[in-house]
Formats: sequence, structure tokens, C-alpha cells
Amino acid sequence: MSKMMITASINGDTTEFLAYPGDTLLDALRGTMGLTGSKQGCGSGDCGACTVMMDGQMVCSCLVLAAEAEGRSIATIESVAEGSQLHPVQRKFLEHGALQCGFCTPGFIVAAKALLDHNPNPTESETRYWLAGNLCRCTGYDKIVRAVMDAAAEMRQEHSTQRAPA
Amino acid sequence: MPSPAFHAPKSLADAVAMLAADPGARVLSGGTDLIVQLQSGRIAPSAVIDLKRIAGMIGVRSEAGGFVIGAATPCTALKADKALVAAWPGVVEAANLIGSVQVRNRATMAGNLCNASPAADSVPALVVAGATAVIAGPGGSREVPVEAITLSPGKTSLAPGEFVAELRLPARPQGGGDAYLRSIPRTEMDIAVVGAAAALVIDASGTCTAARIALGAVAPTVLLVEAAGKALVGSKLDDAALEAMAEAVRAACRPIDDKRGTAAYRTAMAGTLAKRVVAIAAKRAGAST
Amino acid sequence: MNAPQNKRTFRLVGTRPVRPDGIDKVTGKAVYGTDFVAAGMLHGAVLRSPHAHAHIRSVDTRKAEALAGVKAVVTGADFPSLASLEVSLGESSGNIKFISRNCMAHEKVLYEGHAVAAVAAVSPAIAEAALALIEIDYEVLPHVMDIASAMAPDAPLLHDDMFTQGVEPKPDKPSNVALRFGIGRGDPDAALAGAHVVVSGRFSALPVHQGYIEPHACVAAWNADGQAQIWASSQGAFMIRSLTASILGISQADIRVTPLEIGGGFGGKTTVYLEPVAMVLSRKSGRPVRLEMSRSEVFRATGPAPGGEMDIQMAADADGTITGVVLEFKLLGGAYPGSDTHSGAMSALAHYNIANCRVTGWDVLCNMASTAAYRAPGAPQTIFPVESCIDDLAMKLGIDPIDLRLKNAVRPGDVGLTGVTAGEIGYVECLEAAKAHPHWSAPLGANQGRGVAGGTWGNYGGPSTASVSISEDGSVLVTTGSPDIGGSRAAMAIMAAEVLQVPYEQVRVTIADTSSIGYSMLTGGSRTTFATGKAVIEACEAIVLDLRGRAAAMWSVDPAETEWRDGTVFCTAAGKDDKQLSIRKIAARANFAQGPIAAEVALNAQGFLPGYCVHICDTEVDPETGQVSVLRYTTVQDVGTAIHPDYVEGQMQGGAVQGIGWALNEGYVYDKSGRMDNPGFLDYRIPVCSDMPMIDTVMIEKPNPAHPFGVKGVGEVPIVPPLGAVANAVSRAIGMRMRHLPLTPDRIWSELQAAE
Repeated sequence: MSKMMITASINGDTTEFLAYPGDTLLDALRGTMGLTGSKQGCGSGDCGACTVMMDGQMVCSCLVLAAEAEGRSIATIESVAEGSQLHPVQRKFLEHGALQCGFCTPGFIVAAKALLDHNPNPTESETRYWLAGNLCRCTGYDKIVRAVMDAAAEMRQEHSTQRAPA
Repeated sequence: MPSPAFHAPKSLADAVAMLAADPGARVLSGGTDLIVQLQSGRIAPSAVIDLKRIAGMIGVRSEAGGFVIGAATPCTALKADKALVAAWPGVVEAANLIGSVQVRNRATMAGNLCNASPAADSVPALVVAGATAVIAGPGGSREVPVEAITLSPGKTSLAPGEFVAELRLPARPQGGGDAYLRSIPRTEMDIAVVGAAAALVIDASGTCTAARIALGAVAPTVLLVEAAGKALVGSKLDDAALEAMAEAVRAACRPIDDKRGTAAYRTAMAGTLAKRVVAIAAKRAGAST
Repeated sequence: MNAPQNKRTFRLVGTRPVRPDGIDKVTGKAVYGTDFVAAGMLHGAVLRSPHAHAHIRSVDTRKAEALAGVKAVVTGADFPSLASLEVSLGESSGNIKFISRNCMAHEKVLYEGHAVAAVAAVSPAIAEAALALIEIDYEVLPHVMDIASAMAPDAPLLHDDMFTQGVEPKPDKPSNVALRFGIGRGDPDAALAGAHVVVSGRFSALPVHQGYIEPHACVAAWNADGQAQIWASSQGAFMIRSLTASILGISQADIRVTPLEIGGGFGGKTTVYLEPVAMVLSRKSGRPVRLEMSRSEVFRATGPAPGGEMDIQMAADADGTITGVVLEFKLLGGAYPGSDTHSGAMSALAHYNIANCRVTGWDVLCNMASTAAYRAPGAPQTIFPVESCIDDLAMKLGIDPIDLRLKNAVRPGDVGLTGVTAGEIGYVECLEAAKAHPHWSAPLGANQGRGVAGGTWGNYGGPSTASVSISEDGSVLVTTGSPDIGGSRAAMAIMAAEVLQVPYEQVRVTIADTSSIGYSMLTGGSRTTFATGKAVIEACEAIVLDLRGRAAAMWSVDPAETEWRDGTVFCTAAGKDDKQLSIRKIAARANFAQGPIAAEVALNAQGFLPGYCVHICDTEVDPETGQVSVLRYTTVQDVGTAIHPDYVEGQMQGGAVQGIGWALNEGYVYDKSGRMDNPGFLDYRIPVCSDMPMIDTVMIEKPNPAHPFGVKGVGEVPIVPPLGAVANAVSRAIGMRMRHLPLTPDRIWSELQAAE
């Protein structure tokens, strides 16, 4: 079986890449494209370390075939910061010490950003259930939940400031 | 492990033709079971046929008061259809207990059904709702009740070349209500140790006029327990009727001991969950009269 | 609360700056084990035994070698023989023999997942395909998976040359019991016989996995001249170097190990699994080789913590004084000796001062993956029955469970079972703080129960090297050999900046490869901030002395007539007390004057103190389903001095949640043929975010006098109390003592049924 040529938007750039039909999107991101921020922790959709956005929906890239990405828009952890400007979720993870080993962190940040894009004011319970597909073994989740909710509060503040009449 | 071929047909006819031409091919909708099996080497299909590029395969549409759900519709998309949520909340909530948000953004009810696990969360809810599956295949299409799809763990009644193209839910009956509950050790990310679904119709006097009870993970397939439904019909869901229903549920269970739970626990929980799920469905039915 | 009198004030210690490696880790740039790529690298894969116990009759690799794209195939025959290891290593050969055979089986497989061959190929897919072509003829042997069958007189033997150590006289027959270890004092039998009250029971816990999210991975490149490089994520690059060199019989100087970022370890990455195999594949193929495990391989082939059976009797007076304890525990070790018998025995009663006790531990082998350390190894299993019995005593005697613990708590000056006199330890302070916490007196609802449990862990110090150098612009470079698992770079930078009195951001920390810094013991034993931190502090102090000496020479004064403040040398000599030189100014001219400013400290850190903590847990149990919800959780811990409090709290919270997982849902499940039935995160159920409440933390800071800043190890002890705290909470919620973990819904339900 030979490789397929796939064209997709990867972090905003139209990208052509080769993949075997059985390769996962995670294989292609980490291997061919060198985007190793998405991690493989389980390969079965149970840990969330490979979470990426596909057409605006968060998915486990280990449970997507690379070939399925044809014509789709993929956003990985590498695109969460805008240039050198960290996203509020990233900044709050650092300010709260919400990471220890940091291996699960990219998946959590992609998932948390997706939560706040979809629900700017999540409760603690909503935050916890949204993040239930991302396993962290170091932190016990406490500081992660606090960081996400603090980022939400800051983003709401910024949003209301932006909308306030000048 | 040889890589399978990948096809993404644009029409149902093309998909049917591809599958007919390659008996070793498997259809892909959400991939949350298929890709895990592919990666672990448990299956080695000659080709993967992605249904998601076929028009109508993703999405919910209303038809004759009921609903047609494309086979590749992800579980989370069901929540966006307000009419579906209002009519069959139990089905939508069952589908949205599977895995995590990441998984539900891909996983489909048709895939959950065709994976043929006795613990599939959405299947008991579909069964009690009276859902049917429209099957496409080389001989044309046919429509069967969803409970006719699964034969045993991992085995379906689909003939070679056939696949589920859509699921159909009837209109919600007047005074109808449905619900699904499951027992898992954690709060998320688990396979049901036991699942129970109920769909009831309750008339203006508060009498149950129709009831369907289905169970997951207590037998080789999802069980529709007709005797449990019968125990409720004609009653006002009093304690005696509920206990008779639970007894019928327990009597129908044929579970196994496995890593997820013991047979004794599963049987007992089936009764307990059935009572609880009937209470939720009744409340919803009451709210709808 | 007894506020420590000797608490000093700091500029930076105790603040919470952003960790220096933070941005790399929140943007996906940090390079972990599986992220590293070497030029020309091959992809390896390991063939693993499908049988729990079997002789390998023959291995035929010819078809695999013939597959296009395969560059090397190795088996046990490619590793040095046991005899040669015995010659080269003498006394320590036993250990290294086991580690070697665990990396690659030879003649016999001892568990499902035991490595039997490995392949390196041009792609992962070809490597996998080649594995399927290796033909192995197994003679399947009967297997043992539990303590009773492993200890039965006619049990199948894992090692036919293993005789129980610690038993007199030496047994004349081999067995699966590797070790008996006992410790005690007084006359516990008499104490039990004459007691006012005795509580007792058999308790058990299942083997659990450390559950780090990053699977093991490494790249090795072994050149024809004998020199090699290994890039790996582990808890210790020096550990990888010494074990790999010993297993392969080569010089340590020929292996340069570069530590990559580590995605969690918790003790499980304190040994080698892949590195020696990747080395042999690289030597055979002449190219760098990457090996990485799948999640299933991690579960089946890397170290679970041992499960165990614990029998306990505890006697007390009416006033709550615990007068005697007899504890006998059997740890279900894996395929090789070395489960946590010593540490379990020494930890079990180390938080109480009890006159009469006897603790006996047994290391029992079975056909399960060889166990590895897991956070306070041995202590959670042995302290669980102790804390459960104390709860029973409290109920029987009508005494508040914290008061009962306070009555018996170990205090500074008490002599422990190992003969060591307790130093400035803080168990009493933890208990008092727990009692004063609003959680302890909050109301409970129906079907809810509150449990409390204490715990201890010995901690460690040991050898570390740190080097500190000052750049020409006065910025500071700290280099250590201690992998950063949970923010230790930040702690090192804080400690260096504290001594040098410079801004935190002026200090940068590098974790060097094994050829670029002197030896450091691995990151484990809660030792890094204590021991490596001490080396960093002492190196910085040497730098300060050097800078003062240089300034004094320039001013022609005695160095004693200078002082160091705010990153600047001030002259205190009469008439010259207007003179000052900042680190920046000295550094600017240092290189071509007296020479570069640098200091290295290599030490063996002594004076470490054990950690103590107390956890309070509220649970609600659904009486119909046995489902447990953890409603509220509070941890109180004596942390010595919290260098970076976020990462201290993080250890407390993370350890607590691991322990809650052990108590509620985690555990290895095997099928009848001895194959692991749940080797994935779906059915090996670690806590998910929605399972947990916030984990409240109370840090008690009682400084360690033997550390310049008062540091005590904090990482391990938080996993100790949760087994007891959760079980006590559930037991109180349902009114029945729960003795067997995990407390899954079906277990609780069936015990409730049996009681009806």
C-alpha cells in the first residue's frame, strides 16, 4: 500500500503531507510534520494527550485517520499561542502551577480553550466534566480546574472591557 | 501490519459498490471503535470506507414527525437539534455518556450499534424509543428495528456488503417520556457495568399505557425486556408495579462476571437502575401531557 | 498550633514565580521521551511473551531478519551471560541479573509481556510486521498470580535457585518467597493478651500502576568505537548510565545519557526497560534506534506497585494508648525480588510511638511484571491496616480519631523501631492543624462519612552534584543532573537566587547530560529539592565567597571586611565603606582577571527528615448501588520549608488523588491464564477530573535544621494516607469496616448484601 497525499489546513497553513491510509492524524502530526506537542499517551482515546481541533471540534487525533483530514482544518497546541503571545489559558496554567511533568498539558490546554470558546462562564462541575477525557496523573486536577476557571474569568473581563463604550 | 486502503465516497451508491467489490472492507463513521481495533491489530480490513463525505450522512432531519439521523452524525451534534432533544432526551443523553467530549465529537450512534457491544450506551435508549436502522447494501435498502442488528458481542445481522446508513426515531407519542441511566465506577470515561433505558406513555389520568424497558451489559446483546414493560402498563407506577417491573428485569438478566463487574451485582443493579430510570421517564412523560 | 520559633524570612523562598521551563511546556515545544529524533534513526519494537510463565525452547528470527527494511533483530542471546555479570559485578550481580533478564528474557519468561526479542527497522510498521515473523517455541508452565498459590508448598517456581532470605535456618528448598524481613521491640504478645481492647483484621490491596501518562521511550546510538549516546526520559540519567553499562558490561564513560523531559514517573522510571535493548539493536544495526512502549506494554511490562495481604492486631488501653501491634504483611511482588518489604515494614508504625510491636514482611513473587517503586513504596499498603485499626479503636473507645492519633503520635526525641531518634518532625502539628481545620467539624448528610488517616515516609538525601557559573553579564547558570518531574528547576532557581540575592529571572537552570556534570542520584525518594538543592545552595555560597574575595583583593581589604547584599559586595572596612561592586561589575572583568567565576559542589546530603501528613476525606455512598462519591478532601502536611509553594501543594494534591484512585478503583485484573485483563486507561481506572473535588492543602512549615533553608522532602508521603482515609470515610458512611481495596461499587454492594 502506498502513501496518500493529503491536503489540509494545519494551524492555518495549507499543508500537503504524505501518510499511509492506516496512519492516524497523530502519527502524521508528530512524524511527518514534526508537530510533537500533541502527545501519544494511550493510542485509544482514553487519555486526551493528543487532543486537537478538527473543523472547530476537539477530537483525539489518535482516533482520526490522517486521510480523514483531507480538506479539513486542524489546529494543534502549536497554534494556541498567537506568535509569542500566550493564550490566557496557557498563561493561567503557568501562574497557577497547573502542570508538573507537563506531558498532559498540551491536551488540557487545547481542550480548555475549546471549553471557553464554547462556554465562557463554566461552572466547576462543567469544567471537570468537559476535561474528563484528559488524564493528568501529577496534579490531582485541582490547579488545572482553577487555572481554567481563572482564565475564563479573565477572558470575560477582557471581553466586557472590549465591548464597553469608549 | 499492512495498511488498509482508504476511500471516501461521495455517494451512497459509490459506498455500496466499493463495499460490494471488497468484502474485506469496513465502513468508518466516527472511528472511535474502528480505529482503536485497527491500531491494536485486532482487525485488519483491506480497506476503510469513510461515510462522512456522503451527503446526508451527517445530520438530523425531521420526517413525518419523527427523526432521521445520518449514520455518521457525531453524538454531540445530536444535542444541537432542539426538537430531537425535546422528543427523545433519553436517546440524546445516552449517546452523550459515551467516552469523553473528544470521543463524542466523533462517535456515532450507528457505530455504537454496529460495534455490537452489549454495553453500548446508546442502544438501550434507541431500542426503547422504537428506533429503526435503515440498512444500505447491494440488494437495496431495508429497515429493521435496532434490536435486530446485534446478534452477539461483536457480531451483527448485517449481510456482507451491508451497512447502516441512517437511524430513524418515531415521533414522540403524546404523553411519552424516555430516559437512560448507567452504572459506572467513575463519573466519566467508563463502559457501562449495567445500563437501563425506559420509554413510557402516560395518559392524563396518570396511568401508564405503554412501556418499553431495555438493558445493557447484562446479556450478550442489549435486552428488550417485554415482561418488564408489561408489568407497568395499566398501573400508575405504584411501588408494586415498579417492583414487579424490577423483578422482570432481574429475571431477564443473563450477565457474566468480568473485569467490570460481577454477575450478581449486574443483575441487582439492573433492577435498581430500571426503577430509577422509569421514574425519570415518568417525570418526562408527565411533563409532556 | 506550635509555630516554629526558628522560622526565617526569605526574599524569594516561598514565592510562586513562573517555572523556567513553563513556556515550552504550555506551547508543546518541550521534548519528551518520544519526541526526540536522531538523524538516521531506526524504529524498534519489542516482542513480548503471551504467556505468564513458560520456558523458551527455541527462537527463530530468520524470517524477521529477511524482511525488507529490517536492520537488526536481538534476543536474550545477544546480552552478556549471567556468569559474566557475576564476575564483573560481584555482590551486586543479583540485582543486575534480574534487571537484565527483565529487559530481555533468556530461556524463561516470567510474565505476560516479558520481552523476548526486539527488532529495529526503517519504519514502525515494518518493525511490527517483523515481530510477527519471529517464531518462538514455548513450553507453557503453570503460573501463580496470588499470595496463597505462590506460597503453596507445591507451587510452580519462578526461580528454581531462589531461597528465602531472612529466615533462619536457611531453607533447604527454593520457593517463591524472596525475603522475610522483621522489625520490632517489646513484648507485643503480652500486650495483646492483657489488653483493654484489641482490634484486628485481614486487609488487602491490589497491585496498582504508577500511571504516568508518558510511555517509556528512548533513543540509543552505539558506535563501532564503543562510545554510545542515549536520550531518554527517566528519573535519573545516571541510573540509566550505570544500569545499562552494567548490563552490557561496558565502561560508564562510554555512555553519555541525555535526559529528555519526563512525562511523569512516580518511582516507575527508576529502572531500565528499553535502554539496554535499544543499545544492542543500535550496535547490531549501526544506527540510532528508538524504542517506545504502547500503553498496553507499559501496563503489562513495567512496574506495578505490589499488592498485598496484611494481618494486624492492635491493643490499646481505655485511655487510647496503643500498647501493642502485631502486623504481618505479604507483598505480592512481581517476577523478580525487590518489592517494598523493607520500606513497608519500617514505615508501617513509624508515625506512632508504640512500646510493643512486631512487624513482619514477606516478599512473595508471582507471574506478574516485576514491581517497581511507586511514591513512598511499601508505605501505603502497610499503613492502610494501621490507620483502619486506629479508626476502629476510636469508635470502640469513643475517642475522637484525631485525639487518639495525637495521644500516640511520634514526637521529636522519640526512638523509632529502627533505633533512630526522631528529629524536628511535624506529625503532631499536622494532627493539630487537621483538628482545627473547618473540614473536621463540618456537618455531614445522610449516607455520608468522614475518614481521617495519617501517614509517614522516610524520605532520602544522598549524592548530588551542582555547578553554578556566572556569565560575563552577571547572569547565573545553575547546572544539575536531577531530572525535573514536577517543577524542580523553579525550586533550584529560587534557592540560587535567594543565596545570590539576585532576581529569580537572572538565574537559569540546565539539567545536563551525564558527561557534563558529576554524579547525581536519581530524582526519587523525595530527595531532589533537599539534596540537589543543598548542592546548589552550597555552590552559590562558594560563589559569594569567591566574589567577596575578588572584591576584597581589589579594595586591598580582608574578605571578612566585606558583606554580600542584593547581589553586591559591600566593603565594611573603615574608610572604605563607600565601596561596592555588583555581581555584574565583577563578572564583566572576571574572565581575564582572576578567571571565570564558577563553583561545583558534589555532596552526599545527610540530615534528611521523614515526611508526615494527615488527610481528611468525606464520602457519600449510594446504599443501593455502592457508588462512592468523594465530596471533600483536605491534606495537611509538614513540608519543612516550601521553596515554591505551588509545586509543594501540587505534590500534596497529586499524591492524594493517586491514593484515592488506589482506594476506589485502580487495580490489576488478570484472566485465568495470567494475562492482564485491563491494560489500558479505559479499564485501569485512574481518577478523571470529574471524579474529584478540589483538594484543600494546609502546609505546615517546620524547618529541617539540617538544610540551609529548612527543606524536607514532600513528594511521596501524600500517597500514604488516602487508602486509610477513604476506607475510613466509606466504612463510617455505611457502618461497616471495609478491609479490601479497591472499594468498587460492586464490592461495597456485595458486602452490604452479605451483612443484611
